[in-house]
Amino acid sequence: MSWHPSAGIVNPTSDVSGCGGISHWNRRTLLRAAGLSGFAWLTPLAHSLARAEERLPGGAPAKSVIVLWLQGGPSQLETFDPHPNAETGGMAAIETRAPGVKICELYPRLAEQMDVVSLVRSVVSKEGDHERATYNVKTGYRPDPTLIHPSIGAVICHQLRDDIDLPRHVSILPNVWAARGGYLGDQFDAFKISDPIGPVPFVTSRVPDSRYHKRLANLTDVVETEFARGRIKGLDERRTLHQTMTANARRLMDSEQLKAFDVREAPESLRKTFGDTPFGRGCLVAARLVKAGVRCVEVSLAGWDTHANNHDGHRTQAEILDPAFAALLRHLRDDGLLDQTLVLCGGEFGRTPTLNPLGGRDHWPHGFTLALAGGGIAGGRVVGETNPKPDGDEKEPARLVNDPRSIADIHATILRALGIEFDRELITPIGRPMKLSDGHPIDELLA
Amino acid sequence: MWKRHLLFLISCLAGFSALGANLLRTDRVRTPRHFHSEQATATGLSDVVDRIDGEFESVWAASGLQQAPKAPSLQIVRRLALGLMGTVPSLEEIRALQLVPPDQQIDWWLSRVFEDRRYADYIAERLARAYVGTEDGPFLLFRRRRFVSWISDQLHEGKTGYGELVSHIIADQGLWTDKPSVNFVTVTSDQNRDGNPPDPIRLAARTTRAFLGVRIDCLQCHDDRLGKVALGTATEPREGTQIDFHELAAFFGGVGNNGLTGIRDEPSAAKDRYRTRLLHAENEQIVEPRVPFQRELWREEGTLRQQLAAWVTHVENRAFARMAVNRVWALMFGKPLVQPIDDIPLFGPFPPGLESLADDFVANGYDLRRLIRLIAHSEVFQADSRAAFELQPMHEDLWAVFPLIRLRPEQVAGSVLQAASLNTIDAQSNILWQLLKFGQQNDFVQAYGDMGEDEFTDRGGTIPQRLLMMNGDLIKERTEQNIVLNASSRIALFAPDHRTAIESAYLAVLTRRPSSTEAAHFEAEFAEARTAADRLQAVEDLYWTLMNSTEFLWNH
Repeated sequence: MSWHPSAGIVNPTSDVSGCGGISHWNRRTLLRAAGLSGFAWLTPLAHSLARAEERLPGGAPAKSVIVLWLQGGPSQLETFDPHPNAETGGMAAIETRAPGVKICELYPRLAEQMDVVSLVRSVVSKEGDHERATYNVKTGYRPDPTLIHPSIGAVICHQLRDDIDLPRHVSILPNVWAARGGYLGDQFDAFKISDPIGPVPFVTSRVPDSRYHKRLANLTDVVETEFARGRIKGLDERRTLHQTMTANARRLMDSEQLKAFDVREAPESLRKTFGDTPFGRGCLVAARLVKAGVRCVEVSLAGWDTHANNHDGHRTQAEILDPAFAALLRHLRDDGLLDQTLVLCGGEFGRTPTLNPLGGRDHWPHGFTLALAGGGIAGGRVVGETNPKPDGDEKEPARLVNDPRSIADIHATILRALGIEFDRELITPIGRPMKLSDGHPIDELLA
Repeated sequence: MWKRHLLFLISCLAGFSALGANLLRTDRVRTPRHFHSEQATATGLSDVVDRIDGEFESVWAASGLQQAPKAPSLQIVRRLALGLMGTVPSLEEIRALQLVPPDQQIDWWLSRVFEDRRYADYIAERLARAYVGTEDGPFLLFRRRRFVSWISDQLHEGKTGYGELVSHIIADQGLWTDKPSVNFVTVTSDQNRDGNPPDPIRLAARTTRAFLGVRIDCLQCHDDRLGKVALGTATEPREGTQIDFHELAAFFGGVGNNGLTGIRDEPSAAKDRYRTRLLHAENEQIVEPRVPFQRELWREEGTLRQQLAAWVTHVENRAFARMAVNRVWALMFGKPLVQPIDDIPLFGPFPPGLESLADDFVANGYDLRRLIRLIAHSEVFQADSRAAFELQPMHEDLWAVFPLIRLRPEQVAGSVLQAASLNTIDAQSNILWQLLKFGQQNDFVQAYGDMGEDEFTDRGGTIPQRLLMMNGDLIKERTEQNIVLNASSRIALFAPDHRTAIESAYLAVLTRRPSSTEAAHFEAEFAEARTAADRLQAVEDLYWTLMNSTEFLWNH
């Protein structure tokens, strides 16, 4: 056996830059190609894609995902899974528009929208550290020293093809663990913006247009031309993508679609319903972005790590989350976008059922809630339940939750709702096959 | 009273003068202390370099590939600066280098690099990524810093061989503050468990990947199902099994983490401290420590971790030397000799150069600096990245041409900051420079996107990265008109003519002179500048253009 440099490793990024790889072909493309060209061998793959679509109970798949990311780990008891007699500081459970589904009284506006929201109250994981648990929930995989997994938004952008000016994966108000492309490549990292009350960063040139154009002309016509001399043909397309990305950046800078980032374009009355907070504005921008064709938007709300004074902390947070989440659902519904937009809301874990001496709740990955709504998700359903009085033996999750569901199951459900084969395997850069999700869709949630 | 005021005024003026002189001083590049003109021949490098060159030439001949010509010296110097210090050379360094005879420039530059603290700091950070990752949560941040600083100290002193360094990392005991090397172990401590015990699983995976270039992580959960992990011996290779991984992890099973004494091995209990439940087994079992290959090199002397460290760094454990060579190669080229970097087959086949470099590394006491010199003198490292004949991807694959590699975020930031300063920004720089560099570099890397441990993945750039370079604060602040801080302004004001100004900007940013076409183009543009302000703007625009080029943002 002799040494050879290309050891047969297929990098998943290789079918991405041109967005023309077979992974991006849909059933219609393939059937058309097969029919027109007489290539009958293409039809099995086309039919396979057809089966993937047929598996969607609700018909047309969702197109976009909005993740409302509650960084720090919200308490399930003071949000979506209230229990009678739990130490909730007098907070009661309230009825919602979903018959039989109660949530914490801190969320009266959301209660009005619960007919389109379903809850998985029995999510369990093995990660109790913020960074590791965030990785786990955002990627569907536990941290692994061998490779970095892509976040759900990166997977969706990798699997679905688009042609829009805007970045297809956006993170609003991100912390240090923003959604990223992982082994799929940096080009799938979320485009990060802070409070959308301000302008999108770096999309405005720092010098007048005439100077800017001259700079770019010198770059392209003089310096890049000199650099390309004596190198492989098609240096940019085949190797660096540098000028391609420069052109794409220019396209974004000049795009009318940039207005989607600007909340000032929305009516004042609408803005008020989301709340005058960065998170509220983020949710409004998220709705505007998915309308413009963005595939995944993550909006973060930090401040849920209530190791002390849990109840007050959750009251404060609910004043931000309740109007924003409720207004987002209502706005998407009014705009006719809810059926094609899946909304996921939750954090990296839940919080302990009992209060600590500081009146806080600590980390609890052994039974917490994730809420899903919209595209492909049936509303008003509840999956699993937590034990009202867990005896605290963390090694026996069956005694803590009924019908436990993994993080991977949530990912598989989302991918399926988007018409993506959740169990499709990619060959990672280290040569290891890896499924998009190794969970199983939660059929009870799918519309 | 007026005397006191006058004294205060004089003191202030003296202070500002000293600061200004320090900020604006020009020539301070000295000849490296350990440089002598016949360095390569005196240390016997030439024979090894010839052998390595011959191995590559055989491969090229067999593949019918023509080799790229030798690159200009400045381009090689730029590669060394980026790979070993994370920045381009400064204009003052380039000027000093030009006074050295051409055939001595590479050795002169390497000697300077080794004596520069930036080398130790940069390589320490790169190595630490492989050893402890990039996680920097609140408890890990300080441990990681201590660890990196300790590695940097060892590299700077240059007295500790790489084998000894790794032995300390694997086997040292003590408090993380007092013995920074133990942070290889402490960063795996589980904060959620009583006593914060280290995690033997993570340590086993790290040890094999970082120091041996063997990926046995998948064996943690199951036997090798894909035929990817060959263990045993060269004559009797065998597929890896789940127990192989856990036997290795058992070396870390007896490690305790005590608040008073820190990381300690507990010999009496060590052997039965590691338990696991294997796939399909009903119960947990005690796992005895055992090394996964070359077991004849394992001696049961000392603590379990000392035994493991002695086996890992044993001169006959070729995996250790190969991994070190592959990592140093990757740092210098931006791309490892064997990919992925930490998955080198134990029994071959090996690419040209690897075994010869490993032989020399072992024979010379795991001397990292010698290894770097060897690679730097190789035909492959000194090859141009372009050629007069048509290049194909195979030329890069087989190293017949120097590969194009995108710069890492901190290399981009470091290069922007250095190119924007005429003086070298190093440990001797004014504290203001260093603070400015630290803050701006961190902000930039965060916005640009740190690649984390995924150091050598070949990727193109992204739209946000292009926007950051085109419209971001760092480029704006470091190219705009600022006579104190920015090279562009100083070049515009002090260069005697347009040609010199353009050449200085090219040297500072791209470490080369402009081609005749480029010079003619920009000289014509500069000629339109009627006032000093116009000229300032012209140099600022030129800086922006050069910093946004593929050439600046890629190693080549």
